[in-house]
Amino acid sequence: MKVDRRSFLGLGLGAVAGIAISPVGAKLTDDSSIWTQNWPWTPVPPDGKITYGQSVCTLCPGTCGISVRKIGGRPVKIEGQDTYPVNNGGACLHGIAGLQYLYDPCRVKTPLKKNNGRFEPISWEEAITLVAGRLGKLRKNQNPEALACITDTNLGSVPGLFSHFMAAFGSPNHVFMQTLESWLTQTAQTLHGPGHTLGFDLENADFILSFGAGIIEGWGSPVACFKANSGRRQRGGKLYQIEPRLSSTAAGADKWIPIHPGTEADLAMAMCGILLQENLFDPEFAAGFRGGLNRFNAMVQQKYPVEQVAAITGISAADIKKTAIAFAKAKMPVAVPGKGRGDGAQSLKEFAAIHTLNCLTGNINKKGGTFVKPVPEYLAFPDPVQDAVARDGAAKEKLAGSAPELVTKIHQSDAPVVDTLFVYNANPCYTLNDPIQTSAAFEKIPFVVNFTAFMDETAMASDVILPISTFLERFEDVPSKAGFAGLVVGLARPVVDPVFDTRSPGDVLIHLAKTLGGTMGESFDWPDYKTCLKSLVPGIWNDLYKKGYAVVSQGPPAGRMETNFAFLAENPPTIQPQGDADLILVPIDNMRVASTAPASSPFAIKTVSDRVIKNTDMFVEINPKTANGLKDGGFVTLTTPAGSAKVRLNFNEGIMPGVIGMVKGLGHRFDNRYVAGKGVNVHELISPVIEPGSGLDAAFGVKASISKA
Amino acid sequence: MIQDKKAHKFGMVIDLDKCTGCGSCTVSCMAENNIPFKEDESDKKDSLTWMRVYKLTNGKPFPETQTAYLPRPCQHCGGKGDHGHSPCVSVCPATATDYGYDTGIVSQIYTRCFGCRYCMAACPYHARYFNWWDPVWPEGMEKYLSPNVSPRMRGVVEKCSFCYHRYQLAREQAYFDETDEIPEDAYQTACTTACPAGAIIFGDLNNPSHKIHQIVKPDPHPDPLNHDVVGKSRNPKVFRLLERLGTNPKVYYMSEREWVRKLGDSYLEGEWDKVKNHHGAASHD
Repeated sequence: MKVDRRSFLGLGLGAVAGIAISPVGAKLTDDSSIWTQNWPWTPVPPDGKITYGQSVCTLCPGTCGISVRKIGGRPVKIEGQDTYPVNNGGACLHGIAGLQYLYDPCRVKTPLKKNNGRFEPISWEEAITLVAGRLGKLRKNQNPEALACITDTNLGSVPGLFSHFMAAFGSPNHVFMQTLESWLTQTAQTLHGPGHTLGFDLENADFILSFGAGIIEGWGSPVACFKANSGRRQRGGKLYQIEPRLSSTAAGADKWIPIHPGTEADLAMAMCGILLQENLFDPEFAAGFRGGLNRFNAMVQQKYPVEQVAAITGISAADIKKTAIAFAKAKMPVAVPGKGRGDGAQSLKEFAAIHTLNCLTGNINKKGGTFVKPVPEYLAFPDPVQDAVARDGAAKEKLAGSAPELVTKIHQSDAPVVDTLFVYNANPCYTLNDPIQTSAAFEKIPFVVNFTAFMDETAMASDVILPISTFLERFEDVPSKAGFAGLVVGLARPVVDPVFDTRSPGDVLIHLAKTLGGTMGESFDWPDYKTCLKSLVPGIWNDLYKKGYAVVSQGPPAGRMETNFAFLAENPPTIQPQGDADLILVPIDNMRVASTAPASSPFAIKTVSDRVIKNTDMFVEINPKTANGLKDGGFVTLTTPAGSAKVRLNFNEGIMPGVIGMVKGLGHRFDNRYVAGKGVNVHELISPVIEPGSGLDAAFGVKASISKA
Repeated sequence: MIQDKKAHKFGMVIDLDKCTGCGSCTVSCMAENNIPFKEDESDKKDSLTWMRVYKLTNGKPFPETQTAYLPRPCQHCGGKGDHGHSPCVSVCPATATDYGYDTGIVSQIYTRCFGCRYCMAACPYHARYFNWWDPVWPEGMEKYLSPNVSPRMRGVVEKCSFCYHRYQLAREQAYFDETDEIPEDAYQTACTTACPAGAIIFGDLNNPSHKIHQIVKPDPHPDPLNHDVVGKSRNPKVFRLLERLGTNPKVYYMSEREWVRKLGDSYLEGEWDKVKNHHGAASHD
């Protein structure tokens, strides 16, 4: 066939017309657009009925009521519970990210046993039998005090059950992590006698003198403090922030008074001296002063003269006087101790000196003041049933007053101090100063049993892991603490069935005690934890179960309060930072980073500034004046007596020259690529200094030097 | 049909003196809107944060330094003269982003977006983010995703929607209740309800009974100095970001501190003093 011009054109035009009319083109375009809009790998969340579950968050001591939105029974979002008397509808980022903890890649999914350095899954029966076997031997050998226990706090029925277990077992060695509440209890005990703790009515106070307390950075009950701070602005209340660094609290304060780190106690003492000298103390309240007010007065006048303290603290004498007088003349002044979140290493002297300012103003147990209140006692534990072995063991001397002291003792001792250690809801191998020493101490303990939901640093150093349910999967009573003015007990309850093979810690202890049998079984004569809890809180169970919370006390506690100055009148020494370098390294509490157990969620880490963490590099804050020719963003080696780390510099005009600030809560060493392996754990650069008297770690900072890396 | 016919103009005012920079708004937004996360989120240019909190500083040396925080959602611009020609909407070739004349909300339809990112270039507020990767959740974690907001896929742009799904739910509820009115508290964004400091106030700028209207007191008339600017606040403490561009954002900021307000725009030397006391058309007060 001959293709001439005519047929060529005809064919061409025909083809064009054909393609234009044919549906193939349209079909292909349609197909390709459909194909490009198919994303089978993108999840399509199933729809369903919307319901809400009420619970209480236990991620920090804040104890906020939460409302969990569920769709088709699946929890999808956590928000603050509007009617809950602590947070009144608010929530913080960690609580809102709470669902990430439920499905965290680090969740321990089943009981684990360490075998030659590797964990292997075992059944609950095997795990309980293994632990009970070990414990049975201790009692058989009449050596029950070789069982020690570390829990995060001593409040609530779960730590209470651990105490009950230890008492029935026959060991006095139940110690606690350092929290703001433990500092406040110690302070109240020292000044007002045992059985007391402190609360601060920040909601109503008109003058807050904060000695570094991060009122809007996680101090106390964070959401309650945020609300009190917003309310203060509306009320016209004043906030003076005394702190070496322009924290968010300092930036939002009426006045920021930079102070040399670690000299807060001296400043508070000098201020006490001014109030006494200028007769600015409350004579009525002073009638309750015991233990040598005159002696105390003479001591502060002699040892803490304003000019000398001005030189130590770096605050001018005029400013110290003005601040002290403004504080004393305010209607409802409150002096707040506890740097940052208030749970770090600090000294009892500092807390006591600051609280003495409150005592001198007499604004104690009044609206807008400091509440000296009884330690919460809403739990009716039956007496533990003890046999002869338990009685002997429990009567032995306590090894240590706190978790850091226990760990230091174990580390320093050649002989085995502890045979078996229980750890609940704490991560000492990360949070205590010098975690490397802590891990070494853990190595020395033959058998560590960890009640945890997450495979964190301490879990990795344990021998048996008993995986517990998170706060979204179980019942627990949650008392307010950490300086919250009243006492609200909330009920955390399961909003979802346990995602993995986990149990409530109370149930595990009951099971364990029953397996041990004898007096242990008799002491734990409850079928399960929920029944146990119900029997422990007979007065408030109905409220707890129906409303989700019970308000046990509200408003100022009644009665006059005596104040004993004996401790301060002796002028205990101020703990100095270790080392002899020129700079001083202090940890910074950043609201967006969780600093204790559990670690931050992926969402929380996502919000962290790129001037804190960049890739995996840690930044430290430093005043450009201190940097001595080093560059902003440059790498340096930061060296302290405890160790050294490669970090980058973040020039910050808002930090005192001579001070280096490092955010707490980073540099985790467990297996979670979203959270761990980023930055440096500041505790690795600080060694603990146990304060005589309190038994708590007082190493708030450490001397440090930097050199170009 | 939905009965709600009144034109709303949803907006937000953020009190920068109350803001503590805690990040709860950011996290609440991420949890509400199925925003994913990846191993390294320290490169903030590709870190999906519809609500991002910036740190401001007055730049003065120690100890005169001051800092503040500024949360930045999508500004939901009304465009020049507030006619709905937002910078991003005007440039979108796919009509994947659109201006809702009934709500004032700038939408984003992920399945229509083909990833040209013109809108990102047009946005003066860096409020838009591109999905360079498909979202991946750790095993099991996708169980917490909400069906109210579609998870996005690689190659599309996303941004704050003022929690539009919450508006849809409130509208459905109003329809069910057989009322025309959506109560103020029935439609609140996730960041507003999350803020523990109560720094964010959300509502209808067109509704004089709403708190936001009472705080912002928006000037309904064009600014006599710049006719592109509509809705300027008559509250001397309230300002908008880059207001003089005439983008007419519906997100307002509030601060007692002059240095904070001054950071709301890039002023040449001497310019700030001329405009700092100008708060809308005074004649219309």
